[in-house]
Amino acid sequence: MLTFDSLRLASPYYNDNHAEWRSQLRKFVEREIMPHVDDWEEACDLPQALWHKAAEVGLLQLGYPEQYGGLTEGTDIFHTIIAVEELSRTGAGGIYATLMVHGIGLPPVVHFGSDYLKNMVIAPVLSGEKHISLAITEPGGGSDVANLSTSAVRDGDHYIINGSKTFITGGIRADWYTVAVRTGGEGVGGISMILVPADAAGFSRTPLNKKQGWWCSDTATLYFDNVRVPASYLIGAENQGFMPIVHNFNNERLALTAGALASAKVCIEEAAAWAKERKTFGKPLSKHQVIRHKFAEMVRQVNATQAYMDSCAWQIQNGKAKPADIALLKVQATMVMEFCAREALQILGGAGYMRGCKSERIYREVRVNAIGGGSEEIMRDLAARQLGL
Amino acid sequence: MKVLVAVKRVIDYNVKVRVKPDNSDVDLTNVKMAMNPFCEIAVEEAVRLKEKGVATEVVVVSIGPKVAQEQIRTALALGADRGILIETEEKLESLTVAKLLKAVVEKEQPQLVLMGKQTIDSDNNQTGQMLGALTNMAQGTFASEVAVDGDKVNVTREIDGGLRTVALKLPAIVTTDLRLNEPRYASLPNIMKAKRKPLDVTTPADLGVAMTSTLSLVKVTPPAERQAGIKVGSVEELVEKLKNEAKVL
Repeated sequence: MLTFDSLRLASPYYNDNHAEWRSQLRKFVEREIMPHVDDWEEACDLPQALWHKAAEVGLLQLGYPEQYGGLTEGTDIFHTIIAVEELSRTGAGGIYATLMVHGIGLPPVVHFGSDYLKNMVIAPVLSGEKHISLAITEPGGGSDVANLSTSAVRDGDHYIINGSKTFITGGIRADWYTVAVRTGGEGVGGISMILVPADAAGFSRTPLNKKQGWWCSDTATLYFDNVRVPASYLIGAENQGFMPIVHNFNNERLALTAGALASAKVCIEEAAAWAKERKTFGKPLSKHQVIRHKFAEMVRQVNATQAYMDSCAWQIQNGKAKPADIALLKVQATMVMEFCAREALQILGGAGYMRGCKSERIYREVRVNAIGGGSEEIMRDLAARQLGL
Repeated sequence: MKVLVAVKRVIDYNVKVRVKPDNSDVDLTNVKMAMNPFCEIAVEEAVRLKEKGVATEVVVVSIGPKVAQEQIRTALALGADRGILIETEEKLESLTVAKLLKAVVEKEQPQLVLMGKQTIDSDNNQTGQMLGALTNMAQGTFASEVAVDGDKVNVTREIDGGLRTVALKLPAIVTTDLRLNEPRYASLPNIMKAKRKPLDVTTPADLGVAMTSTLSLVKVTPPAERQAGIKVGSVEELVEKLKNEAKVL
């Protein structure tokens, strides 16, 4: 039978400990998340209790320094991939994107923040009490980071921030934002990263909850109107903000890849169960050549992506990753997700067009994966540049 | 109080079991294995007793091939303190298992032995009872509630038509039913800690137990495929079919 698990290639990168993490995490997901997915999606929200439960099982802490309540001992990048896969197995990508959004908001603080900021921020985020989001994209532009315009002007021992950010995942719930601001002149050399608390005077936010997908995710537009933030909230040095921004890109793209690939597998599993059940012209759908070949093609693409992903994960872990390969991996994964979502819906027919089926939701989540975290076009362009063309 | 918990490696309950083409046995090739669900309930109960301060040590024992260490590690991740694997490639039968467990009981001297009422592979539902007979310990089977009270344990048993509570003098054996508790999932930090907990490996020979078989497996066949149902047009037709076709009226 073609299932989410049968689609996982045996791989030298995964050991018994990974298998144990997967099986315990699956129990967590099946008990604490699966029964509620449809309700949360329709409600366009996730309960705060989910963060506490996720902290109890060790999800939030995975990969962060132990001195701040994180968990690194004995874990590696494949534990993280498993976390993404098992959360994505819910068929609602908004859950991973929101529950684990500190995966993009926190690393700048962890790797570039002062001890003061680390002590203030990391532990409460990893325990699920507080939330942190990353704020880069502006109404005027996203991937073109070098031209962002939200400004932070030094005033004594404070910065005064003005401007706006949009499409910010976790943006309504966040207690802190890791914000990219312009502190200097034009270009990347004038950008800094700064921590902004959501309760700062002059800060406001509005929800963006009329989305194609990721309904349970709180997305926001942020407004900074003369927001005063202590200068000690600067993450890294002034005008050195580009490095904290790009530093986490490989990990972020790998996580997006794992989520897109897991979503593709969910589509295959759901379509396969249907194709074996549904009879047309006297035989199951799965016995019609035109349908069988769709499955063969989906599995071919998923297998190739799986092997590419595991290899890149190993490269990242061992400091051998080339950004071009990781960027193109993300393109590969979202294109495979798009293909499988399309084919699954063709196979599911009317049943797949109705809400209540995972493939229907995943079909609506294709674009946010293909655009967010670096669009396919930006990824290809970056790769071409890295390849010296 | 020391608690001994027996756990078994079986086919994962989510797996659709296949029979070998020659009907000689169930096909275990590339099949996902896991801890028997009733054993998980036993582990959970032991860990809860420890959390309540009733139990001081939880020892997990399993019998099976080397890979059965995985299930012991799972129990350790769930909160047990140490593990014992009685390593054997032989097929397990209830009586042999009971004899091996008796040897462990004599060595470990637990006050309470917790085990599943049955395993989902062979569904015998007799090992706990056999162990009771061999050790002369009191037994409370099909437990839906376990309350240790001094040198006694009160076990609420699920029986036909209701519940029966028995008071057992410790040391005792309790076999778990489905409703005793809902087993937890292990956290990642606990999975990591489990790797460092002690796990001793022994053999049936070390324990002086011969793996002699008293049973031979004759044939395994899958259950008959369910036939499609039919819709009847009226109550009269239903009654007629129940009388003449199904012959149940």
